[in-house]
Amino acid sequence: MLEVKNLSVSIHGKPILEGLNLNAKAGQVAAIMGPNGSGKSTLSYVIAGKPDYEVTGGEVLLDGEDLLDLEPNARAAKGVFLAFQYPVEIPGVATMTFLKAALNAQRRAHGQGELTTPDFMRAVRGAAADLKVDPDMLKRPVNVGFSGGEKKRVEILQMALLQPRLCVLDETDSGLDIDALRVVADGVNKLRDAGRAFVVITHYQRLLDHIKPDVVHVMARGRIVKSGGAELALELERNGYRDYADAEAAA
Amino acid sequence: MTLHAAVPKTAAETALAAAFSALSASDAAKAAFADFETRGLPTRRDEAWHYTDLRAAMKRVEPLAAVPDDRRLKAVEAVLARTPRIADVRWVLVDGRYAESLSDAPPAGVSLSLVEAPRAPETSDAVVSLNRAFARAALDVRVAANAAPPSLEILHLDGPGAIYSRVDVEVGAGAKISVLERFEGASEGTQRNGLTAVTLAEGASCDWTTIVGDEAALHLETPIVRLQRDASFRNFGLVCGGALVRRQIDVAHSGPGAKIALSGLSLIEGQRHADTTLTVRHAAPRGESREFFRHIVADEGSGVYQGKVIVDPHAQKTDGGMKSQALLLSPTAEMDNKPELEIFADDVVCGHGATVGALDPEQVFYLQSRGIPRPQAEAMLLEAFGIEAIERVADEAVADALRERLHDWLKRRAA
Repeated sequence: MLEVKNLSVSIHGKPILEGLNLNAKAGQVAAIMGPNGSGKSTLSYVIAGKPDYEVTGGEVLLDGEDLLDLEPNARAAKGVFLAFQYPVEIPGVATMTFLKAALNAQRRAHGQGELTTPDFMRAVRGAAADLKVDPDMLKRPVNVGFSGGEKKRVEILQMALLQPRLCVLDETDSGLDIDALRVVADGVNKLRDAGRAFVVITHYQRLLDHIKPDVVHVMARGRIVKSGGAELALELERNGYRDYADAEAAA
Repeated sequence: MTLHAAVPKTAAETALAAAFSALSASDAAKAAFADFETRGLPTRRDEAWHYTDLRAAMKRVEPLAAVPDDRRLKAVEAVLARTPRIADVRWVLVDGRYAESLSDAPPAGVSLSLVEAPRAPETSDAVVSLNRAFARAALDVRVAANAAPPSLEILHLDGPGAIYSRVDVEVGAGAKISVLERFEGASEGTQRNGLTAVTLAEGASCDWTTIVGDEAALHLETPIVRLQRDASFRNFGLVCGGALVRRQIDVAHSGPGAKIALSGLSLIEGQRHADTTLTVRHAAPRGESREFFRHIVADEGSGVYQGKVIVDPHAQKTDGGMKSQALLLSPTAEMDNKPELEIFADDVVCGHGATVGALDPEQVFYLQSRGIPRPQAEAMLLEAFGIEAIERVADEAVADALRERLHDWLKRRAA
């Protein structure tokens, strides 16, 4: 579903990704692990279309169609979703208003009519219950005053509502205690199906105890340096990233 | 003095003199016009007018609007029929003159009369002098002590021409009123000069909301407010129209323990210019003042905020806080943001902050990443920015009307 081919990206003239290749298949979870500064978050932002980055080479294809020229909202309409590592606070915009605007914008992009308020409320309440999000919280401005765990749960709630085909999770485990981690992982697992691909970016193996990956990629210095099965994550947990950092430095 | 004498009159100043000499005027009006002539139209050399050079901007003078006749009043009546009411009691001024036939009777505890020679306001300024020289028949409103009448609306419906209006409101001790003042109907042929004088007796309270929502070429507005002991005055001003708008608000506490809250939202697109200039003088101890202004400036618009808070030497225990925040939506949009504190007392708490910035690209990206197209994402953020200012309006019906104006403005911009 997602093919990243020979992608090179820099920010303010500084190269971050250097010839990165990655595939994510429908029905699978691909984990990307790597040390800090290896470019994991950059990859997620470039897939979602954050404007600060300069793509100096390569392609990002979704079902064969290049995403790079599309606005972030057009990518979202094609089914791309990024669960942010640091969800953005938006004072003055009620979460409910935001969810409705997002859902209806995507429906319009697909040529569908707007959801009725009762249908919308039903969908939100269902997703909120699954993710143990207090519906009263959704009256508050987007992410303002939310705890770290609340922010992450609301990210997954958005994912559940918008039903994307490609889900990119950027360090969704950071800042979560073990109970919140389980709630978030259950939310993700519930969305796994044959038509949907996941790219799960994480620094630690612990998230992958709950979301079992089909493939694990190790990222270092802006590219994928090793790929393997779920066992690769365990190996990283034991040995750390030093081998890869050294291998890169020597190369 | 010699400086003023040395400056030749502009075409506008000459036209104003001609218009004045054609009027029959009282001695007070003559004195006021003489004062204007010594001052001349304000320029950027006048500190209070530094960012709005009226002398340069006022190229022409519209003829004085006539006293509205039956035909004019009939036409206004039709407009009124499709203007929804926001407050309970509505008074209408047409071309600066109170129109009794179109207005509701004053509620119990409130009296209303027309005064040919209202007293001179404490403020001296070229624009105030012009108003004193040209305005006729001030609307004089008295609210009895301890009265709490239903909400009042003062609706200015102005056609083309030079329009001078004067409204005086005296709020008796312990009385409580809520007023909505709207300026509507004006077009590019309208030059408006409105003066509102509000006095609040001991313990009186007044919530005043102003909407400048039409397209006057020139909107000059001078609210002058004086508060006695423990009185409270709150004003919110929405500016969403007018080619050149200047609201100059002069507030003073002359009694201890008075509370003032001034706030507003200016929506400035195209080539419009909107200036909000405040002077808040704490002339008595234990006063409180809060100023909170937001400005959205787009295209080639320009915004001005000057807020001066003066704390007199004996005005101890004053509590003042001022904020002015602007969002610029284009590289050619301009904002001059100038909060000022002049503190002569030593036991006070006063702070101010002014910011000018752009929409936060992280917020825009977050919304877009959820499928919301950029124009809609920006409109959502701007609406939120404006709504946070409108939250300061207590009257829900008025706040709803303000939110609707904001929403319409954003929709017009997106179209």
